[in-house]
Amino acid sequence: MRGSGPDADVVISSRIRIARNLTGHPFPMLATKQQAHDVMQQLIAVADTGKLQDYGSFETIELAQLSELERRVLVEKHLISPNLANESRSGAVMLSENEAVSIMVNEEDHLRIQCLYPGFQIKEAWGLASRIDDIFEDVTDYAFDERRGYLTSCPTNVGTGIRSSVMMHLPGLVLTQQINRILSAITQVGLAVRGIYGEGSEATGNLFQISNQITLGQSEGEIIENLHNVARQIIEHERAARLRLLEDSRVRLEDRVQRSYGILSHAMIMDSKEAAQRLSDVRLGIDLGLISDVTPQAMNEMMVLTQPGFLQQVFHEKMSPELRDIRRAELIRKQLHSESDHGGV
Amino acid sequence: MLCQECEKKPATLHFTKIVNGEKTEFHICEACARERGEGIPGTANGFSIHSLLSGLLDFEQAGAMNALGVQPQPIRCDNCGLTYTQFSKMGRFGCSSCYAKFGNKLDPILKRVHGNTTHVGKIPKRAGEQIQVKREIETLRRDMQTRIEQEDFENAAQIRDRIRELERNIADVEERHG
Repeated sequence: MRGSGPDADVVISSRIRIARNLTGHPFPMLATKQQAHDVMQQLIAVADTGKLQDYGSFETIELAQLSELERRVLVEKHLISPNLANESRSGAVMLSENEAVSIMVNEEDHLRIQCLYPGFQIKEAWGLASRIDDIFEDVTDYAFDERRGYLTSCPTNVGTGIRSSVMMHLPGLVLTQQINRILSAITQVGLAVRGIYGEGSEATGNLFQISNQITLGQSEGEIIENLHNVARQIIEHERAARLRLLEDSRVRLEDRVQRSYGILSHAMIMDSKEAAQRLSDVRLGIDLGLISDVTPQAMNEMMVLTQPGFLQQVFHEKMSPELRDIRRAELIRKQLHSESDHGGV
Repeated sequence: MLCQECEKKPATLHFTKIVNGEKTEFHICEACARERGEGIPGTANGFSIHSLLSGLLDFEQAGAMNALGVQPQPIRCDNCGLTYTQFSKMGRFGCSSCYAKFGNKLDPILKRVHGNTTHVGKIPKRAGEQIQVKREIETLRRDMQTRIEQEDFENAAQIRDRIRELERNIADVEERHG
């Protein structure tokens, strides 16, 4: 994921996930080992047919063959869900080379097609997900009912089986204390707000994931249009809030941004929570033109690289939390210094 | 202290969020917390969608039992063996056949979750064709019945042949795809 794409100053990424199941086969939660294995074989065989080639070269990974750390890294890169990493039997993922497409097998549903685009490109992500869906539909028997639509393990996904979401960086709305009002308004129009790693995690670093809740009784087009329009309004509110902060309290804002930049550049110990907050401040500084020698791309990379699993992979060692905080600080320092050496943007 | 959302019920859930020294406090009642659900950071674990769902489903069940005054016959999916009671506890289906087995019993829960009970989105191409053909067969059957009543047996026989042809096509397609 690079810091690019339309409206990248506010929207980090756009994601579509569609849930599909094979008719007759028990859903993964109830499937026996053999049944789950059979479903996996059937679905990963699709990658071998070459039909996915138009969408990049795909690598099939069986989760059972990965270490706990490797699984965690895939979760931190948002390529697989925590559920697939920790609970799935006969779980697998088909990953496109550029990591824009990840097709999960035996998560909560037999098949979950996920497309992740940088910036605000939710409609483009749906277009791609739908075409990949067609490929699987062509060679497998989907569980589909005229009245209920695509049948899913959980009744919250039935119908279209679609979860569309945008990851937004909203420091302006948080700092101007408008965020609670906006978040509660969002939940009233059938959308949900979550922290950065999806279900059950806290919002850290002013990152909010906004997604549709309703999957039945609305078409995919309506669902995406609704999310698109709400996200568009939030983008405008966020930009207005940032401008107001610049006008009303420029010195305080600059102090906050530069202070965080200074701490990230020099600190020796950095826990993940502080890193998320400081990185958010610096990112805001970049977007407002207060900091010019760090690229948004580098910020996005750091946001991922400083997660615990990733950190351990970068340094090739299993670490205690204390050591992790030291390594995290080290990694950020290096990254920021190499950025400013190259002159940044 | 009253709930800051509805200002009616007592606030039973208290959250303090501190972001870089800036403190925000929430004091809300359980009903409003449920309503806002995962909108409040930190409540996600306490009010997961599945526990919320099974709460709704249990309520449905309890209502049904009280009205009848007896334990209802367990409804069980023939394909995977999951009972409606198990479904209501887990908030998950066992297989795609459960939907047909639990049938209209699902309407209230779907209505509550989605505000709707009927799909209007994408239809898979292959299954979609089948759906069209099945609809045509139903129309032809009604037509055939009318002809028979009118003692127009010649046309009725033609329609019967057409129905057989369509049914064979469906069977062929189903066989080809396993």
